[in-house]
Amino acid sequence: MSENLNNAELLQTCLYDRHVALQAKMSPFAGFMMPIQYDTITVEHNAVRQKVGMFDVSHMGEIFVEGPEAEKFVNWIFTNEIRGFEPGKVLYGMMCYPEGGVVDDLLVYREFAPEHFLLVVNAANIDKDFAWIEEHAKGFDCQVRNESPVWGQIAVQGPEAEKTVVEVLGLKEAADLGFYTFYDTEYMGKRLIVSRTGYTGEDGFELYTSLEGTVDLWDRLIAAGVQPCGLGCRDTLRFEAGLPLYGDELSPEISPVMAGLGMFCKYDKDFIGKEALLDQKAGNLQRKLVGIEIGDKAIPRAGYPVELEDGTEVGVVTTGYHSISLDKSICFALVDKACAALDTPLWIRIRKKVFPGKVVKKRFYQTNYKK
Amino acid sequence: MSKIIEGLKYSESHEWVKVEDGIAVIGVTDFAQKEMGDITYVDMPDVDDEVNAGEEFGALESVKAASDLISPVSGKVVEVNEALDDTPELVNEDAFENWIIKVEMSDASELDALMDAAAYKEHIGE
Repeated sequence: MSENLNNAELLQTCLYDRHVALQAKMSPFAGFMMPIQYDTITVEHNAVRQKVGMFDVSHMGEIFVEGPEAEKFVNWIFTNEIRGFEPGKVLYGMMCYPEGGVVDDLLVYREFAPEHFLLVVNAANIDKDFAWIEEHAKGFDCQVRNESPVWGQIAVQGPEAEKTVVEVLGLKEAADLGFYTFYDTEYMGKRLIVSRTGYTGEDGFELYTSLEGTVDLWDRLIAAGVQPCGLGCRDTLRFEAGLPLYGDELSPEISPVMAGLGMFCKYDKDFIGKEALLDQKAGNLQRKLVGIEIGDKAIPRAGYPVELEDGTEVGVVTTGYHSISLDKSICFALVDKACAALDTPLWIRIRKKVFPGKVVKKRFYQTNYKK
Repeated sequence: MSKIIEGLKYSESHEWVKVEDGIAVIGVTDFAQKEMGDITYVDMPDVDDEVNAGEEFGALESVKAASDLISPVSGKVVEVNEALDDTPELVNEDAFENWIIKVEMSDASELDALMDAAAYKEHIGE
């Protein structure tokens, strides 16, 4: 999703100067100049799997929804069910178009004040999402605010994440959080949201606060020796954990049902896109997202064709790596639904050669979330 | 600063060629391996395959990306560096020591179109 923009047109996060000082390899991503790696991707990936690493994710978007009909409104644009979901909890889901394609995938935070919600969206989609949300909020008694520019965010991820936020940052209550819950506190006079969430398949926290506070948190974590990690390993980590990336595994053309994320869509309520998704769920869809493993070190990359033994093209790779944690070449691919069953033999064309593989579960790596 | 060896020929796509007894020994430059980062796989042709100057003959893969290998000369592959199958990281350790393929050239004059060490040094801006 990198874009060919002039550097001058690219946004910088509040941690940009820190990345440059650390001599990170920088690249445009979602309209921001972002760190791809500080060390090698393998070193950063393993730090998160084995100890702890941290990511600047300040590019992500924060949209607040408040008002008497905030819950009713969010439940209308969001595929997952937020009724009965308590303050302090976080829920993953999507916003869909009426045709079932995805506007964005996001986290919804139910705040402690009644009828207050925080929607955390992908950086590349902030403007599109906010326009979508504003447009659909018109018939509801609620206000929406895009506060993305004034929030920074750091993700601290890995088996030592809890120890790190408690001991280095003094966030003692973080130890009591269950997965997908959060609490509010203050940092340098501004709100700090401590959320036990992440995008790596490991336990971890996402810390949302002011721009100044984010820089201060970052400096303290660096001083404590926490490995800074770039977008390079963010992608290898989320991929191994079976997590989709908007633009690759979810898009206006790839619905949650096609992506195998139907469990995040709840049909005993109304929401935008419900009819189309129900229709797809009933079998009216062409392709499904699968995992494929090949028995070779060659690497399936996005865009490579997936074939049957006779060379018939039945799909395309969306993300692929030689998995760092599993030492296997694996990928996500969008394939004809007739080829989507586990263990179906499929072939991937990698340059001039074709490699045999089979359909496997998309969660390649056994995740280690806090219960 | 990337290592550059005098006496070799270099392509714009960062392959080097060393001629030994009429055989072109081909690898990638130190600059190329640094740009790629950790190399996890080297896709090589088979012995007896034909390669053509300016055309792809394989690829280097890092965690993040695949990068085509472009043959600087035309001819027949007479040997591939099988050590790279199991230990592709050898290219990171020493890109000049760890060649990729050896080619029996069909037209040695193709070497004249390649750069010398000084021109390559300028090409990579070092």
